[in-house]
Formats: sequence, C-alpha cells, structure tokens
Amino acid sequence: MKTQETTSRPDNTAFTQQRLPAWQPVLSAGIVIPGFLFIGLAFIGIGIGLFITSQSIQVLERDYTGTGSSSACSNCVSSNISCFCQLNFSLSALFPGPVFFYYGLSNYYQNVRKYGVSRDDEQLWGDVSKSPCSTCGPYQYSQNMTIAPCGAIANSMFNDSFTLYQLVNMTKKTVPLDGKGIAWWTDYSIKFRNPTEVYGSLAAAFNGTVKPVNWAKPVYDLDPSNPANNGFLNQDFLVWMRTAALPDFWKLYRRINAGDYVSGLPAGNYTLEIQYNYPVADFGRKSVIFTNVAWMGARNSFLGIAYLVMGFLCVVMSMVMLIVYAKFNTPGEDS
Amino acid sequence: MSEGGMAEKWLWRLLPWRGGWIPHRKNEGHEEERHVKANNREYNDRFFYADNRIKTSKYNIFTFLPINLFEQFQHVANAYFLFLLILQLIPQVSSLSWFTTIVPLVLVLTITAVKDATDDFFRHKSDQQVNSRQSQVLLDGRLQSEQWMNVRVGDIIKLENNQFVAADLLLLSSSEPYGLGYVETAELDGETNLKVRQALSVTSELGADIHKLAEFDAEVVCEPPNNKLDRFTGTLLWKDNKFPLDNGKLLLRGCVLRNTEWCFGMVIFAGLQTKLMQNCGRTTFKRTSIDRLMNTLVLWIFGFLVCMGIILAIGNCVWEKSMGGNFQKLYLPWDEVLSDAFFSGFLTFWSYIIILNTVVPISLYVSMEVIRLGHSYFINWDRRMYHAQRDTPAEARTTTLNEELGQVEYIFSDKTGTLTQNVMVFSKCSINGKIYGEVYDEFGHKVEITEKTPCVDFSFNTLRDRRFRFHDHSLLESMKLNEPAVQEFFRLLSLCHTVMPEEKMEGDLVYQAQSPDEGALVTAARNFGFVFRARTPETITVYELGKEVTYQLIAILDFNNVRKRMSVIVRNPQGRARLYCKGADTILFDRLDTASEELLYTTSEHLNEFAGEGLRTLALAYRDLDEDFLRGWTQRLWEASSSVENREDLLALLYEEIEQDMTLLGATAIEDKLQQGVAETIACLTLASIKIWVLTGDKMETAINTAYSCNMLRDDMHEVFVISGHTVVEVQQQLKSAKDQILGLKHEPSFNDSVDMEKRDSKYDCVFEEAVSVEHALVINGHSLAHALEADLEGLLLDTACLCRTVICCRVTPLQKAQVVELVKRRRRAVTLAIGDGANDVSMIKTAHIGVGISGQEGMQAVLASDYSFAQFRHLQRLLLVHGRWSYFRMCNFLCYFFYKNFAFTLVHFWFGFFCGFSAQTVYDQWFITLFNIVYTSLPVLAMGLFDQDVNEKNSIRFPKLYELGQLNLLFNKRQFFLCSLQGVYTSFALFFVPYGVLSHGVRDDGASITDQQSFAVTIATSLVIVASVQIGLDTNYWTAINHFYIWGSLAVYFSILFAMHSNGIFGIFPSHFPFIGTARSSLCQPIVWLVILLITVVCVAPMLVVRFLRADLYPTPTDKVRRWQLASRRQHPHEEGLRRVRRTSSRRSAYAFAHQEGYGELITSGRNMRLTSCSGLGSDPAPPAWKMHGNSSWIENLLKKRLTTTSGISKCVPNNSTDGIQDEQHTD
Repeated sequence: MKTQETTSRPDNTAFTQQRLPAWQPVLSAGIVIPGFLFIGLAFIGIGIGLFITSQSIQVLERDYTGTGSSSACSNCVSSNISCFCQLNFSLSALFPGPVFFYYGLSNYYQNVRKYGVSRDDEQLWGDVSKSPCSTCGPYQYSQNMTIAPCGAIANSMFNDSFTLYQLVNMTKKTVPLDGKGIAWWTDYSIKFRNPTEVYGSLAAAFNGTVKPVNWAKPVYDLDPSNPANNGFLNQDFLVWMRTAALPDFWKLYRRINAGDYVSGLPAGNYTLEIQYNYPVADFGRKSVIFTNVAWMGARNSFLGIAYLVMGFLCVVMSMVMLIVYAKFNTPGEDS
Repeated sequence: MSEGGMAEKWLWRLLPWRGGWIPHRKNEGHEEERHVKANNREYNDRFFYADNRIKTSKYNIFTFLPINLFEQFQHVANAYFLFLLILQLIPQVSSLSWFTTIVPLVLVLTITAVKDATDDFFRHKSDQQVNSRQSQVLLDGRLQSEQWMNVRVGDIIKLENNQFVAADLLLLSSSEPYGLGYVETAELDGETNLKVRQALSVTSELGADIHKLAEFDAEVVCEPPNNKLDRFTGTLLWKDNKFPLDNGKLLLRGCVLRNTEWCFGMVIFAGLQTKLMQNCGRTTFKRTSIDRLMNTLVLWIFGFLVCMGIILAIGNCVWEKSMGGNFQKLYLPWDEVLSDAFFSGFLTFWSYIIILNTVVPISLYVSMEVIRLGHSYFINWDRRMYHAQRDTPAEARTTTLNEELGQVEYIFSDKTGTLTQNVMVFSKCSINGKIYGEVYDEFGHKVEITEKTPCVDFSFNTLRDRRFRFHDHSLLESMKLNEPAVQEFFRLLSLCHTVMPEEKMEGDLVYQAQSPDEGALVTAARNFGFVFRARTPETITVYELGKEVTYQLIAILDFNNVRKRMSVIVRNPQGRARLYCKGADTILFDRLDTASEELLYTTSEHLNEFAGEGLRTLALAYRDLDEDFLRGWTQRLWEASSSVENREDLLALLYEEIEQDMTLLGATAIEDKLQQGVAETIACLTLASIKIWVLTGDKMETAINTAYSCNMLRDDMHEVFVISGHTVVEVQQQLKSAKDQILGLKHEPSFNDSVDMEKRDSKYDCVFEEAVSVEHALVINGHSLAHALEADLEGLLLDTACLCRTVICCRVTPLQKAQVVELVKRRRRAVTLAIGDGANDVSMIKTAHIGVGISGQEGMQAVLASDYSFAQFRHLQRLLLVHGRWSYFRMCNFLCYFFYKNFAFTLVHFWFGFFCGFSAQTVYDQWFITLFNIVYTSLPVLAMGLFDQDVNEKNSIRFPKLYELGQLNLLFNKRQFFLCSLQGVYTSFALFFVPYGVLSHGVRDDGASITDQQSFAVTIATSLVIVASVQIGLDTNYWTAINHFYIWGSLAVYFSILFAMHSNGIFGIFPSHFPFIGTARSSLCQPIVWLVILLITVVCVAPMLVVRFLRADLYPTPTDKVRRWQLASRRQHPHEEGLRRVRRTSSRRSAYAFAHQEGYGELITSGRNMRLTSCSGLGSDPAPPAWKMHGNSSWIENLLKKRLTTTSGISKCVPNNSTDGIQDEQHTD
C-alpha cells in the first residue's frame, strides 16, 4: 500500500478523472414542446391581465409648453420673467383616486453624460465646506464661492409651480396637493443630508456658498415654512436630482389624497394655475399629467401587448416544432 | 575560477537570457576558427567561449518583474488595455471610471505573471539538475569531481562506462585497445546501435596516466560551433606536429559511453555551443489555430468598434448641432472648446471606444489561459494515460495548445520506440518443415499468446537468459530428442552472427549485439542449449547442451544490403568445415541445392504465415565444404582482401561463389514488438480521418514491415507505391506515375467512384456508415525525399502523398522529418502532430503544431522538446479523441458564449446612445461594468469551459467520427462567431428596448417614478445577468455539482453585491463612489420590474431554443446523434458491449530481419574490437551502405479485414481491452 502511494499514478477521484456525477439535460422534444406551450399559455394569461389592468388606469395629460397660438400658456413662452397662465380641463366622471400629479418633460436630455455627472454627492450629503468636485463645472464656483448645490443638474432644476382649483359654482376651490414623500425614501433619509445647522439656522450652515446661477433663491429658502422640506432635503429638489434615464420623462409633482379628493377628482371643471418659469420651448415640451396607478404602476399597454405577442409566438413555435418533430424525427433514435 | 570569470558571471546574472544570446552574438559574429588549448584555462578564457552551463530559464528574481511586464505589454491585447487606461485619464474623454479598466488589467497581469513565474521556476529546477551532474575533471594535476556547469573548454575530463558525455569532447585515450571508445548516440540521432570512436594514436598513448594528461598541452584548432552532427574538421597541434581531427574522434554531448571502462576527453565545445544544444534551436512559441482565428476576429471587432464609434460620433455631431445647441444655452453650457459640434463628436468617438471596449474583454484571454491550464491538468491526471510499468503519467508540458488537439489532421510518427518497442523477440521458427512457436489448446485450436500463457521452462540450462520467453514446449522436446535438424538450426544461430559476448562473472553472459534481431536469435539459441560464450578473431566457443565446443572461424562473409545475407565458415573440432548462412528468403532460396526443393516449398508456406503475422523472417541454410575447394577459396579470399583496387567487387564475387548449393534448415520469425495497442490506436485514429505518416530513420523493409503489423499498410490496399529514385527526374517520374495512377483510377466511372462522391457529400452525417474507398499507400526513401522536397517537386509530392491513405518515409534525417512536417503545415494548412521518442525526432516535434514525446525511455530529448508526453503510443488515441476533442469543444463553446455575452452586455450602450444625445453615457453602474466579466459571469462559463462534456469519454472513443467536427473547424469559425455575435446583438436589443417600452413612463405602485437612470440601469443589469445565466445553463451539457454551484452562486453573488453596493452602509463610507444607494430595493420590489425581466429572458432565450431544437431535428450533427443515442441507451438497460479485437489476418512476406550495419564482420575477424589479439589500423565509422530497395513485387498480398463492429448502424472502433482495462473503470452515468 505504501509503495503505491509513492508512485506518480494520478489519483483516482471522480474529479481528476472527469467522472463527476452530472446531470446531462438534452433538449428533447418531450421537454421543449410542452415547455413552449406552457410558457406561451402563461404569457397569454399574464398579458391579458396586464392589458386589462392597464386599460383601467386613467390618464389625463395636458401640454402647456405654449407654442402654437391656441394652446394654454402661449402668453408665457416669450416672456423672460415669471408669468402666470391657466390650464382648464373638465372631467365628465370621477377620476378615481388616489390621483398623482406629474409634470412631464419631453426631449429633455437629463441623461447626457456631462449633465448626469455634474453633481457632487458628497456635497449633497451635507459636506458643503469642501470644494465641489470638478465634474460640477461650469457650475462649481460663482463669485469665487462654492455653489451649493453645485452642478448642472441642480442648476437646471424644474421651477414651474402649480395650483389646482376645482370650479364649484363658479368659485375656485383649491384642491389640496400633498408634496410629502414624493421622493424616494432612501434619497430623503440617507443619500441627501443638510449640513449641520449652526445655531438652529440652516442658512448659516450654508455660509460661504452661493445659490446656483439659475435659481431665484438659495437652497435654504426652498421651503422656509417647513424645515423638514428645506435645503437639500426639499422633496421637489430630490425628485429633480434623480435624473431620468430617457429624454421623455414624468416626475412626480404632488399627490392628491386629502380633503374631498381622497377618493379621486370628482366630475367637474378644473383650472390649473401655472407659474411658468421654466423655458423648454426651444428644444422640447412640457406637460402636466394626472393619473392613478395600479399594482403595475401607470398606464402602459406595451407590456401587456408584448406578453400577448410573445405568448402567442411561443404557442405557434411549439406547434411548428411538434410538426417538424413528427415529420422529420427518424423513429428508433429516440427510443 | 579566476576573478575575471567571477565578474563576468555576476554580470551575466543581471542580463536576461545570458546563456542564450551573449555567447551567440560573441561567437557567431566573430568566431571563425576555434582555438582551444588543453589544460590552459587562462588561454581559453580569452575567447569567451560558452561554459558548460545550460540555461533555459528566462528570469531571475530581480529581472522577473520588469521583463515579465515588458513581455506582457507586448501582447496586443494588454497594450490595448493600457492604451484605454491612458484614454480614461483624459477627463473630456473619460466615460468610465479608472477602476473599470485597471481592476481587470491588474488581475490579468497578475495571473499571467504568476503562471510565468511558476513555469520559470520549473525550468530553473531542471537546469539546475542538469548543471549539477557530476563529472571528473582534471584540475591542478589531479581528478576532481566538478559539476557539469563548471566544466570549461579545454578541460580534460574522465568518463566512465554508461555515463553521459558532458560536453563535446575530443577523445584522448580509453581503456580499450587503440584508443577505441564505444558510444550510443540514441539521444542524438535515434540510432541504437553502438558507434566506434578512436583517439589519435599519439594521444591514446597517454592512457590513464594522470601526470601525463595533466601535462598535455596540445592546441586544437577547429571549426566554430555548428549543428552538424556528422561533421567535424580540425587539427591538433602538439609537439610541433599536426594531426588531422575528424568526427570519428569526437564524443558528443548527449551520447552515452558503452562497453568502455573509462576514457579521457578534452572539451572542445561546451554548454550551449555543443552540437546537441545547437541542434535544439530556440523553442518557437506555438499558437493554436483558434488563437490565430481569435487574432483575426479581434481585429474585426476592433473594426466593428471603430464603426460603431464613428456612427455614434456622427450622431453626436448631428445631435449637438440640432438639439444640444438649444439645450446648451439653457442647461448645459460647456467650455468653449466643447461647444464645437465636430470637436465634440471627435471626443465622443474616443469616449465610446472606451465604453464599448468590453466587446473584446480583457478577461477573455486570461480565461482562455485558465481553461487551457485546467485541460492540461486533466491530461496530467488521467489514469488511463498513465503507464504503470514505467510509472509515467501523461504530461502536458505546454499549456497553451490543448484545443488544437481536437483538430489534428496529420500525425507524423517515428517508428522505433514509438510504434515499436525496439525489442525483438524470437517468436516462431520453422525447422525442417515443421512450425514451432504456436500454442494449441486441447481441441487443436490455435491459442493467442498472452502474458498468461505458460512459458517453456529452461531451468535445465544454467547459462540461460532469464528474460527469454517461449511458449511452445514441442521445440524443446525435439531438441532433447536430439533431432539433428533442430540442433543444426540452433548451432547455426549460435555461430552465424557478429554478436560480442561479455562475461563479467561466470555464467553472467551479456551479449552486445549490433542489431536487436541478432541479439534475439543468439539469445534464443542460448536458451535452447547452444550457448555462444566467447569468441576470438579465429575461434568461436559454444556450449552445446552443456558441452564446450570450439569452432575454428575461417571467414565471416559479412552482411550488406545487396547481399541481404551473412555467412560464416567454421571448422568444427572434428575438422569438418561448414558454411552457415542466414538471410532474406528471396535471396537464399535461389542458392539452395536441388534436394531442398520440397522443404523450400513448405518453408515458403511457413514464411508466408509468419510474414502475415508481421514477423520479421530469416531463412537459414548450411553447406558442407569440400576441403580442397575451401583451401583454394581461402587463398583467393586472402588475395582479394589484400588487393587495393576493386576489393569490394572481388570479395562479392568470392562470396557469391561459395554461397551456393546450400541445404535449407528452416526459417526464423522475430517479432518486432509493437507497443501495446498500436494497431488498434491507428485503426481508431484512421476512422477519425486522421492521416498518419511514418517518418523513420530505419530501413524501408523494416518500416514497411512495421506498417503492415500496425495496420497502416493492408493487403486490401489498391497499391503501395514505392518511390526510390536516385535523381530528380526519376523521383519526379515515379511520383507522377503514382499520382496519375491514383487519379486515373478515380476518374473511371466505377462503383468506387460513386461511393467516393457519396462520401464527400455526406461528410457530416456519415457517422452511420463507413464509406469504402480505394486506398493507396506511398513509401518513399530518404534519397528520393531529398529530391522530392525541392521547391519544384514538393507540390507533386504533397499531392500524391495526400491522395494516399498511408505515407511512409524511410531513411530520413531529422532535418527531413522537419521539412516534411513543415511542408504539410505550410501547404495544407492542416493541424499537424508529430510524435517520437528520440533526439532525432526533436526537430519534427518542434516544427509540428503539436509535438508529442514518448517518455520513459532513456532519452529525454524528445520529451523535453515536446508539448505533450506520455509513455505509450496508444495514449495518443485518448489524448486526441477524448482530451483533444473535449478541449476543442469546450473552448469553442466557451468562445461562442463569451462573444455572445459581451456583445449582449456592451451593445446596450450603442442603443442607449440614440436616446442620450450620443453622449457616451453608460447604461450600467460603473461597478457593474467592472465586475460583470470578472465576477458575475466568469465562473459559470469557466466551469463550462473546464468540465463540459457533450459526449462521454467512452463514446468519444467509440465514435471517432465525432472528431471530424474539429478537423473541419465547425464549432468555432467566422460563421459561428458571426452567429453568436448576432445573437448577442439581438439580446442587447431586447435588453434595451423592452425596458424602454415599459419604463419610459413607469412609476412605482406608490406613484414615485422609476424611470430614473439608476432604476433603469438596475433593471437592465439584472435582466442581463439572468439572461446570461439562463444561456450558460442551456449551453452547459454536463451539469456537475461545480457547475450548479457556480451558476447559482453567480446569481447569488450578483444579488448580494448589488444589495451591498446599494446599501446605506457602503454609501456612508464612500458617498461619491456608490451613488446607487437604495436603487436595488426600490426597483426590485416592484412587480413590473420582474415582469420586464421575465419578458426579456423569454424574448432572448426562446428564439435560440427554437433554432437549436429545429436544427438538431432537421440537420443533426454527429454529436447530436450520439448524444441522443447516449441518452436512449442510458434509459435502456446498459447493455454489455461485445469487445472484439481488431485482428490482423494479413499475410505477406520477405521482411528479412537485419537491422545492422555492414562492416562488423571485418571488425571481428580483424580482432580490432578485441583486447586479446593485436592487429593494426582501424577506419572510422563504417561507410554508410549503398542502400537499394528491392522491388515490392515479391510480396504476397493477402486480405486483411479490419473488423468493425456496428451497433445501431454506427461505425465504431472498439479499442482493445488492454492491460489497464477501459472496461474495468467503466462507470454508469
């Protein structure tokens, strides 16, 4: 036994001899054809479900870019200062709630690389004393002071604001808009942080910084009424800072979930008052969107149709394979 | 050692390859003549001759890092990634973080460096081992033991019997008379017979006198180092005299001293300048055809990459002009330089080159290396390629060629030691019309002789050779019954030869035979009671059945290739003179007396039978000589041998005169033992469409004989063409006529032709039938080959040779072997494999794509030069059909998947470019880009590349046709590459556009948006990882536990890393590097994201599945068929395979057994090689015999039927169940 160990005979293990026990699946007709049939039927089922759900979701979208004479806000397109305009719409039936209020921008490239990197996550995490990173340029410094928040993303923050009224007996009844928690929880609680307040003053914490060039007011004045919604933690700011992947995007503006509107927007006439600040007419469009959501999110017929098509194709392919198998498979080989 | 020497040595240590190029440059440039003074190191040091150190290693500790890095960056791929890295440092261009390139690059460089370091370590070790061998050097007037590496030019060293010669030595003196020394040159040229070297008489007088030797101060002036093994010119200047030196006075490094107790020699060439090392040449780096294909493909991909870059750059220009301009005014005001659209496009081009570089991922090369390394280990570990007798496992000495083993089309094999064992065994004989040597069972059926067959007991004979085996008892019985014919038969064998006996102790008899055939015959006679015991130039002493009889040796009529026979004339103690003759039957039968006619007829039958079994035969005859005639003849012989002119012709006439009217005794049959399983292996490899050429230095008869016995030549072959012209024109004519004959035959509208066409058409699916075709063979000798290899004939040679099934080249030099390989390699563009065991095969082994060395023999030269080595030829079958095929299959699958994966991964960026203003924005997280190839998807594909098996090993060997896929290059070629890239492009399309369609306005169920960049990235990345995992799962045919672990593990690792990198904790530590915080939990808990992932998976995988299923059904490949068959038979009861031996039943003859050189008869009768007598004068090497081929018309060709068993219509090659039993280790899966 001892002498055997000293020889250079390779070990007789399943691994070294490549005899590891193994599962050797073969794409046999018995698996592939029923498999395709099953997947196809399942997909058709899912597709129908998705399609029906998607159809049940209501969407109301109104463009207010103002280009074209008949459209709303055409008065504001050319003005340079902030301007107010109105958008009217009527609902013939209840718009079931909870209703979500989005603003939408199209042809707006938040995903351009140089734009997308133009931020400083450390600064947004509350460290305003450090010099902002170079990717923020050209919005790094202004008047020899650090811009807070620096970078092109923050600088180009969407700054139109909206007030929604329901016209009840010719009087305007304000529809309460809830701006709480419209941003991701992780953004609000972890990713973004205000600098430590100095003597209870947020403004003092931002001492030594200046507001972004395009902004009307500094970051610590975004919502002076609500300290929890101020500074870097402002919900609208957070929503804006989560850059969109595609050039057409919606961003959540408010929820309508309070007062008489918990169950949705009742039928009637509505007026949306817009403070028109944000110029996009040169390259794109902007709009407002009211929608309700289901488990699958907003209305989206693409997914349902895609599932239906794919399911249908799978069923067809299983038939084709069955025919080919029956016709060309030489008997005796498989059994 | 002098101080200068030390300094120089130290300097060399700093320089790389110091042994390699420094001496070469110094000497090849300037050395026109070599001056060496014996015992004078100061003088010799002036010339900076190489010392005797061998260095094959490349680095030392200090030079490793710089040199290795320098070498690595010479790889185009590595340099390219370095270039990318530099690009990324430009902020305007940088589209990826620096770590996405540097992490993989460092990983790759480290793995390669570790591998190189280990390789070099082993080279250091083997160098060390050779360099530290001991030799006795004469220093300061006494013999000192020194290591080989310390031996210097001009030193005098002492060699003892059976020692390796340490350097190229000038033989000065030896223990044998006249300064003779015997060397075995097997290491150098593969010839196993001993060669004689003789010292100059002036130096041989020095003897073993250390004092005189130490004072020896001659100077040698000779040619500079070269690689010509058979040539040397020089002059020895001593005591104002000049003595010419030639090759006969030189002992070359690599030879072994034999039959010489000791000798002294002076070092002329040392170390790398020895003829042996000069013959080795530099190892050329071998690449596989997949490597070369990869280089082309990588260039294509670069082209593709540049095209994409240009498209996107143009897109960027257009976008900047039409859209970006407006956008810029408001929200994206950049530096002045960047606002120019063209310049922006230019920068974008480079940015996209960086982003899209992952189509040629850096991990590809290193993964390929890892896979090859793994395959090499599997070869090393294979127990069925382990040879127990010599304790030699197979060894993959190169780890970069494995998949090439699956594509071999031509095998060039050496004969001696590779196909045959170079062991001759006396196996049968025919005496007086009766065959001995066959064993019958009780029913009278012939029994096959195996290891277990009982042997004849020779214990009565105290002088027997214990290794001798014979199985037929009747011969010994006949002997004991004193049958005169039997006794005369063995008496002849014990007298008629040129063997030298050596008896160091009483009864311990060792024969030094010039040829193994003779040794076998004399040994047989010895065991049957006719012990050849001693000889002098005039006498031969034989113990005949225990009785000492001394014969007077009157003459030896030596062998040569024209005579094909040898005779001795002896006078027995009773005074009767007799001539004993043995030789080729064709020659001998013409010289018999009329009384032998009937016996001739029977013996002839027997010879046919022997030859049919592949045995080497000799006919034996004797003649009683009339005293008067003999006296006159001897007188004339003496006159003839002392004549100066026409000596040879006169002798030949005299020999002819006396070798007449002989009485036939019988015939012997010697088995040139083939290595185990050679015939079966060759049959099997032939079925795998591998063409086997035999290139041997041996004689044509021997080569042809071996070819018959190992099934390469068969009697059912249409014709065997023999090319043996002496001039270019002759060779050309012979080749032409052979070619015309083959082609002429093919053009005849015959049955065979249609079958042939059919074969060509159904090349892919002919697993199920073995096509019959007309077969030819070509035999060509070295002379003709030299002409045929000239530029204007090589085409013809190759055309003709490739029309033949078997090609045998005999009498070829090592260089010609390499030329033949080179020819096929160059003109056929086929993968070649050379296999051999001797130093004469080294050039061929190095030239071929794959070199295989047979190890375990004494010589290691071939093994050291080889890429793979093992102990037995039959392991080649397993190396190619199992390991090679698997390696090729795995590597191809690996590459297909790898390209698919990377196209799918990378091209998403291309599609995204159209939606992000062509701004080189990445879709994925930077970390994902870094880790995708090296973590998330590397291990499953590695596991597939290492462990996958399409068909198990048993069936791989059973269906050699499967091997053709590799030869036809079907599994990975440009088409396959195109298809898998296309699949990758399709996948990337689905990966991008499905989320695009769904998520463009997607929101979470709480209304928050998930259309942001980060969610989008996570959705696509997750889909990609899942699709890639499903795909690898479908590509894996053989799911071992490791595959399961890696595939599931990779998915698990992906999700854990994803969540870890998106976690609060890591963001808290590096806020700027992990900005994706929270994205994973936010998006992956949305049902819609999973619906998207599911949809993408099915969209990507389903079409591929359908295509595969339909293809397997409509156009099944051989592999598909075998797999299905394998599956079916696994389901059924595993039935026992009837094992049948591939049996030869062929018969032909006239393969006479003489493998030795002429001239030894003279050596014996002159007594020059005997210490007892004194004679004078000795020539150097016997002149090479004028070699002439005998016509092949005398061969009686019979049928050989290769038995092929067919089960379910599939042609199979069932391997012989040899000793290490494939069946024993059978396993049911």
